[in-house]
Parts: sequence; C-alpha cells; structure tokens
Amino acid sequence: MITVNNLVKKFDGRTVLSGINLEVKTGETMVIMGGSGCGKSTLLRHLVGYYRPDQGEILFDGKDIAKMTEAQLDAVRKKFGILFQSGALLNSLSVGENVALPLREHSDLNDEIIKIIVKIKLELVGLTGFENLMPSQISGGMKKRVGLARAIALDPQIVFYDEPGAGLDPITTAVIDRLIVDLSKKLGITSIVVTHEMKSAFRIADRMAMLYEGKVIAVGTPDEIRDSSNPLVQQFITGSADGPVPLRRSSEEYIKSLTGV
Amino acid sequence: MKHLFGFIGRRTIMFFRHLTSIACITGEAFYWIVVGPFRKKPVKRFHLVSQMVEAGVNSLMIVMVISFFVGLTMAMLLAYQLRKFGSESLIADFTAIAFTRELGPLMTAIIVAGRVGASFTAELGTMRVSEEIMALETMAINPVRFLISPRLLAMIIMVPCLVIFSDAVGMLGGFVIGKMNLGVEASYYIQKSLMALQLKDIVTGLVKSFFFAIIIAVVGCYYGFIVEGGAEGVGRFTTISVVNSLISVVAADCFFTAVFYMV
Ligand SMILES: Nc1ncnc2c1ncn2[C@@H]1O[C@H](COP(=O)(O)OP(=O)(O)O)[C@@H](O)[C@H]1O
Ligand SMILES: [Mg+2]
Repeated sequence: MITVNNLVKKFDGRTVLSGINLEVKTGETMVIMGGSGCGKSTLLRHLVGYYRPDQGEILFDGKDIAKMTEAQLDAVRKKFGILFQSGALLNSLSVGENVALPLREHSDLNDEIIKIIVKIKLELVGLTGFENLMPSQISGGMKKRVGLARAIALDPQIVFYDEPGAGLDPITTAVIDRLIVDLSKKLGITSIVVTHEMKSAFRIADRMAMLYEGKVIAVGTPDEIRDSSNPLVQQFITGSADGPVPLRRSSEEYIKSLTGV
Repeated sequence: MKHLFGFIGRRTIMFFRHLTSIACITGEAFYWIVVGPFRKKPVKRFHLVSQMVEAGVNSLMIVMVISFFVGLTMAMLLAYQLRKFGSESLIADFTAIAFTRELGPLMTAIIVAGRVGASFTAELGTMRVSEEIMALETMAINPVRFLISPRLLAMIIMVPCLVIFSDAVGMLGGFVIGKMNLGVEASYYIQKSLMALQLKDIVTGLVKSFFFAIIIAVVGCYYGFIVEGGAEGVGRFTTISVVNSLISVVAADCFFTAVFYMV
C-alpha cells in the first residue's frame, strides 16, 4: 500500500533520513521503532505528505506523494487518519466538535447524522458521553483517544500513529494498544505506528522496522526481530545502556567542541 | 563595518521575505472570504461570530474609555490656545474633525493591535507549537481558510464599528470641556460640530480603519503561524508581532493622511 524508496531528508544541512526503504502492505500493522530523535516523526510526516523529501519517492497506491500538488495531496489525505504525538486536538473546540471537524469540512452530511457518527466514533474509543467537554478538561490519555476518534472519523484506509503511548501510564498505554489492534482488525485498517516503547511494539505489530541513524536496519515479524543477531537491535529490545549504540555521536566531535580546534 | 553591512543586508532580505509572505497570506485569506461560499467552504458563522465578539465587543469598553480621555485632553489643549483668540467655540469644529479623520481610527487601531493582534499571535502560535496547525493541514483543512479568514473578516467588520464609537465618545470629551470650562451652549456646540463635519471626514476615517483592520489581523496571524521555539517562542513572537503591527499602522496612517490631504 505504501512503498518508500531511498528517502533522504536534510534539515539545514544535517541529514536526518539517509535513504529509507520500507514497504507497508494493505491491512497490516507496521511498527517503526527507534530511539528518541532518530527521525521517526520526520519519517511519518513524509508519509503523510507534510514534508517533501530531498530525494527518493513515497508511493501510495502506486502514486508518488512527494511529487503531488497540494490539491492532489488533499485528496489523498482524506484517506489518511493521523494520531499526533500530543493528540493535537483543537483547544478551542469541544471534544465532539473536534471529532466532527473532518466530517463538517469534507462531507455534505447534515448535523444530525454528524452527531450520530461522532457518538459512534467516541464509543469506539470508549469515550461515550464526553462530547461537550473541552480538551483542557480531559487527561492526556483521553486526548489521545479523542485524537484517535477524530483520525477515524472519515473511515480512513490507513491510520498513522505517532508515539501513541508517549507520556502515558502503562495501563493507559495498554488500553490504547488494544484499541489500535481492535481498530485494525475490526475495520481492516492499515496501521503505521511509530514508537520507542518495546512492550507496545511487540503487542501490536504484524511486522516491525527498526530505524537507526536515518536508515532502516532491520525489518521483520516480531519473532524475527526478537531473534535478530544484529547487536543494535538486541540492545534496543533489551534496553541496556551498554552496547554498540553510542551515547553521543562521536567523542572526537566532543573533544573538538571543548577545545575549539 | 563589514559586519554592519552584513547585518543590515540580512535584515533587509528578512524584511522583504516577511513582507512577501504577509502579502501572500492576505491574498489567500481574502480569496477564501470571497470565493469560499461558492466552493461550499464559506467562513463558518460560528467562528466569525466568536471572533467578532472577541475582537469587537470585548474591545468596546477600553476603546471608549481611552477615546473619552483623549477627547478631554485634546479639548483642554485646544481651549488653552483658543482662549487667546477668544474663539473657544472652535473647539467643536476641531475635535469633530480631529477625531473622525485621525484620532478615532488611530487610537482604535493602536488599542486593537495591542489587545486583539497580540491575542491572534499568541493563540495561533500556541496552536502551531502544539501541532494543531499541522494537524489541520494533514486533515486537508487549509489553515489560512480555517483560521485566518474568519479573524480577518471579523476585524474588517468590527474595527470600523469601534471607530464610530471612538469618534462619538471623543467628541463627547470635547463637548464636556466646551460646556463645563468655556460655557459654550450645548445646542450651539452640537450644531457647530455637525456643521464642521463633512461626510468626507467620516468616510476617510473609516477607509483608514478598514486598512488598519487588515494590517492588524494579518500581521497578528502571520507571526502566530511562524512561531518556533515552544512556549517561550510564543511570547517572543507576540512581542515582535505587536511592535511590527504598531509600526505598520502608524506608518500607514501617515501615508493615508498624506493621500487624503492631497486629494
Ligand atoms: N522542522 C525541522 N527543522 C529542523 N530540524 C528538525 C525538524 N524536524 C525534526 N528535526 C530534527 O530531526 C531529528 C529527528 O526528529 P524527530 O523526527 O522528531 O525524532 P523522533 O520523532 O524520532 O524523536 C531531530 O534531531 C530534530 O532536531
Ligand atoms: Mg517524535
């Protein structure tokens, strides 16, 4: 469904993504793992057409997202649902209005029907009856669930999740993980999940990819990844401080920055 | 010296870059106000009304209070001078013209830039740093249409209304001084004000205020859209936004006064 070929992205001369290759099949849940700051969100934003790559292509159903005009992109985006790292609810609108927003903007449905759809979507994420609260009145976990209800409001073909468990307690994380699995199985949605939390990654993934220094260094089913012989992957799974992953980029650079030579 | 030129050069380039972006955004926001209804994407009444209340109704009190005091002050200043010539009754003419042509629009614009322009930057800047604007874009909702057009339209409607109130209250300030201090007859004062005023004076003031509304709305929103650096950035950009908005308004005011003076 989505194929990424040799995606390269630089910010102010600093390479963040240096040749990503990835394939996501229809109906599967793909988890992209990697340490903080390794470019997971950046990759996700490329997949949804928010950033334009410096090189490479991103094929969605065979068409290159990177080369689309804004109008073409908007048409494609209506098939996407995105859950942002912070939920990204509009704080000036109530929970119900947030979920209704894509429907109001992109469909001709009348108010009554929109209200019913909003109820159904909120029910799916376990938040029946919360329509009239404002985002500032609900907890972080609930915000993510509202964000998820909004993401699936237009019945997307594919849902992107940016760190669905970040900043949440383990139980809420587990609840959201189960929601992700339920949604993809019940509604047959393709899911792409970005996370650095191993526990949830193994819980939800059909396949997983590991991102390191701007490249995908391993792809496979959870079992294949668990049995991987790659020491980088092993260190990440076990979460140990010692291993091949360096704490800072290079000690030479550090010495340079100290001495100024 | 080289550094100085480099600094000035960079600043100049930055200035023109901002100016181009602001012009583009203005065009796009107007495009959606005008063309939106025909493409089934009109400015939503709910958004428009809430912005009109916020920008207009909630600014009314402070606009009136300040205009009243400025009116009083100006009339006293005039009285001081006019007494020498024994032509105190001219206070009526002077305040009427000064307020409708100049002080009403300018005072209102300065207040609104500080109050509403700042809140536009802070509001949209917060939306920007909390990924809300990105979320809109990835939901295929144009942020200029969704966020800037209603604010721009609300300002274009409300600022001229505020100016009318400012004019009226400013003249009331002049009247109070004229009546209390100089003993000008009430009916005579009002009659004189009305005779001094031409439709042209009021219209030029309102034309000015229309452009001030656009400047304040677009500058405020633009700086909100380009905020970076988290909550601290929101504060910094709000300051920059208000300063630039004030400079632009006063410069535009000078420009329009010159134009209206010549025609
Ligand atoms: N718009 C941007 N401009 C400049 N640098 C950026 C931008 N977005 C991300 N980066 C940089 O790219 C790197 C990866 O960021 P990100 O994708 O957010 O990481 P992750 O989500 O994996 O934690 C970071 O070093 C960040 O500073
Ligand atoms: Mg991230």
